[in-house]
Amino acid sequence: MTTLTKQTLSHLDWLESEAIHIMREVAGQCSNPVLLFSGGKDSICMLRIAEKAFRPGKFPFPLMHIDTGHNYKEVTDFRDKRAAELGERLIVRSVEDSMARGTVVLKTDDESRNKHQSVTLLEAIEEFSFDACIGGARRDEEKARAKERIFSFRDEFGQWDPKNQRPELWDLYNARSFKGENIRVFPISNWTEFDVWQYIERENLELPSIYFAHLRPIVRRQGGMLPVTEVTPARPGDTIEQVQVRFRTVGDITCTAPVESAADTIAKIIAETATTTITERGATRLDDQTSDASMEQRKKEGYF
Amino acid sequence: MSAMEKIPAIDNGLLRFLTCGSVDDGKSTLIGRLLFDSKTILADTLHAIERTSKKRGMDAIDLSLLTDGLQAEREQGITIDVAYRYFTTGTRKYIIADAPGHEQYTRNMVTAASTADLAIILIDARKGVLTQTRRHSYLTHLVNIPHLVVAINKMDLVDYSQEAFDRIMADYLAFAAKLNIKDVHFIPMSALNGDMVVERGERLDWYQGPTLIDLLEAASTSHTDHQESFRFPVQYVCRPQDSANPELHDYRGFMGRVESGVVAIGDAVTVLPSGRETRVKDIQINSTSLTHAFAEQSITLLLDDEIDISRGDMIVRTGELPQFTKQINAMLCWLSESPLDPRRKYLIRHTTRDSKAMLAGIEFRMDINTMEHQAAEKLAMNDIAKVSFKLAQPIFADSYAENRGTGAFIVIDESSNNTVGAGMIL
Repeated sequence: MTTLTKQTLSHLDWLESEAIHIMREVAGQCSNPVLLFSGGKDSICMLRIAEKAFRPGKFPFPLMHIDTGHNYKEVTDFRDKRAAELGERLIVRSVEDSMARGTVVLKTDDESRNKHQSVTLLEAIEEFSFDACIGGARRDEEKARAKERIFSFRDEFGQWDPKNQRPELWDLYNARSFKGENIRVFPISNWTEFDVWQYIERENLELPSIYFAHLRPIVRRQGGMLPVTEVTPARPGDTIEQVQVRFRTVGDITCTAPVESAADTIAKIIAETATTTITERGATRLDDQTSDASMEQRKKEGYF
Repeated sequence: MSAMEKIPAIDNGLLRFLTCGSVDDGKSTLIGRLLFDSKTILADTLHAIERTSKKRGMDAIDLSLLTDGLQAEREQGITIDVAYRYFTTGTRKYIIADAPGHEQYTRNMVTAASTADLAIILIDARKGVLTQTRRHSYLTHLVNIPHLVVAINKMDLVDYSQEAFDRIMADYLAFAAKLNIKDVHFIPMSALNGDMVVERGERLDWYQGPTLIDLLEAASTSHTDHQESFRFPVQYVCRPQDSANPELHDYRGFMGRVESGVVAIGDAVTVLPSGRETRVKDIQINSTSLTHAFAEQSITLLLDDEIDISRGDMIVRTGELPQFTKQINAMLCWLSESPLDPRRKYLIRHTTRDSKAMLAGIEFRMDINTMEHQAAEKLAMNDIAKVSFKLAQPIFADSYAENRGTGAFIVIDESSNNTVGAGMIL
């Protein structure tokens, strides 16, 4: 019998341990799971957690990215490089393929493709018969997410029913589903943006360069900054400025805006995150601002 | 608190706590106050609730709006489901499980309580100990939350009277003694004005005890302070035979989370159900060795002898075996709209093990308002009862009072795959 006094974990160790436990439950309970990896900071943390959960073995699931075709090249390059370094299989399915099939129809050419990822994701789930998708969403990101389970059941149409969720008690997770249904699993549900940055620093994780301060041409619209890119060109009358910026979240170019920042190291980003006055999505996700309930609406329709 | 001070220098771990009470007790205001005073609320969120407060014709910012969640809730002005909130004090991270007080309260409270190490029970100082207070206290006791804080709120509405506080405290203690509840702290509070939440305020000078945040900072982050037996349910087996690295061809790693206790390299362990005995050869996280591991750590165990082990098996310290049983007595909370049907078979999930199960009997149903035992044939949603189950496969169990991890189980309805019950083994 050991005589150690009772030890407890630091907050990052606790969060990491919980996330490892959740990933192993997916591996133990589901027959064909997949881990969604975009090259963004949250999913980069997820890969480190998967390493800690399953090495020296291979991951018991492939990685998958639903690409809108409007992602920053720095991020998709990073995505491919990271998957290759890990020696894990990466599946990429594109919203543009869904558009070619006619299952995604844009109202206008410059409409954001972000919400249409749901269609492509559901098509990929069907193509590969995935019974679980592991994602890096966090409860602190948005009101609707604060109430979502860690193991979140989706029906055949990929819909989330917030009023009819499975009770989730202790660390006893229920990943059971019938054919065609799907479980979304969020191992870092309990992490905040700050935890993510602290973990990146502690684990010394490499990130795509656009997370760090760099000069970028932008235009200002409705009080926000929009990056000038091929996908989002300046409009007549816009004034293009070169501003030192970084991205707090990365996603579809049309709906992800940078913030002004000189933070070029993780330590400086952590210092800025601690002093920021704007929420992560508030400043940078143009798609969440449409209405108070827009994330909830998208999740009901099958969005991650 | 300046922002730079928010970067933790000393990591005092993570505390999960539960808040019980209804909107009328000021629960949402208390949570809003904690988030606000710990500077967790950022400007854009604050502006949004400022706008909403004005829209609803209020002068000051309504902090309770911070915990407004789903569209339907905003429309109806009620809380539907357990929500999780986060804040940090700079030394400790907190996860609040915010359980609604009214509808489906039992189901939601038990869910929220299952992962909490501390519960805050709110009492309206004008109203004192109510049936609802007893209900909340019983449920936190049932789920065995080790630390209890009774926040006597709205002291501003009783003139910050020490008499009122003392009277409610005496009432509560009389009732708590009957339930055998120990370790209770009482705090007089005005969440609305912020007195005794994070700041002491100036109106409660007669109270010398800790503020709420002082208590939270000092509480143990472990759900028990006694040494528990080592319990390691196997989640997953790692056998990288096909790896290019020949050294891994004989690698057998047993992956899981230490549910309780401590394990060190060289310890004698027994594998269940086979009963085979061996020793711990190595403890790893991501191929790095640790000398020992303790509760809540996710690790990989390597053993001296080659033993056939799969998911659902359990590794324990030799000489400290759990019960090995096909019959369990338990307190059961029914969570589903379809009632518990004594004729049907259900699935019980306990640690990483599943077994078919049938109800053997309902000894009594608990009336959680009066604490009386009643006879019952069936159980409906939100019912709590003492029951027994017959299992098709044996499980390795401890009593819930002794060990949360190996004393808890959920009931799954295989026809819907829903989680329909939550049980605590007696």
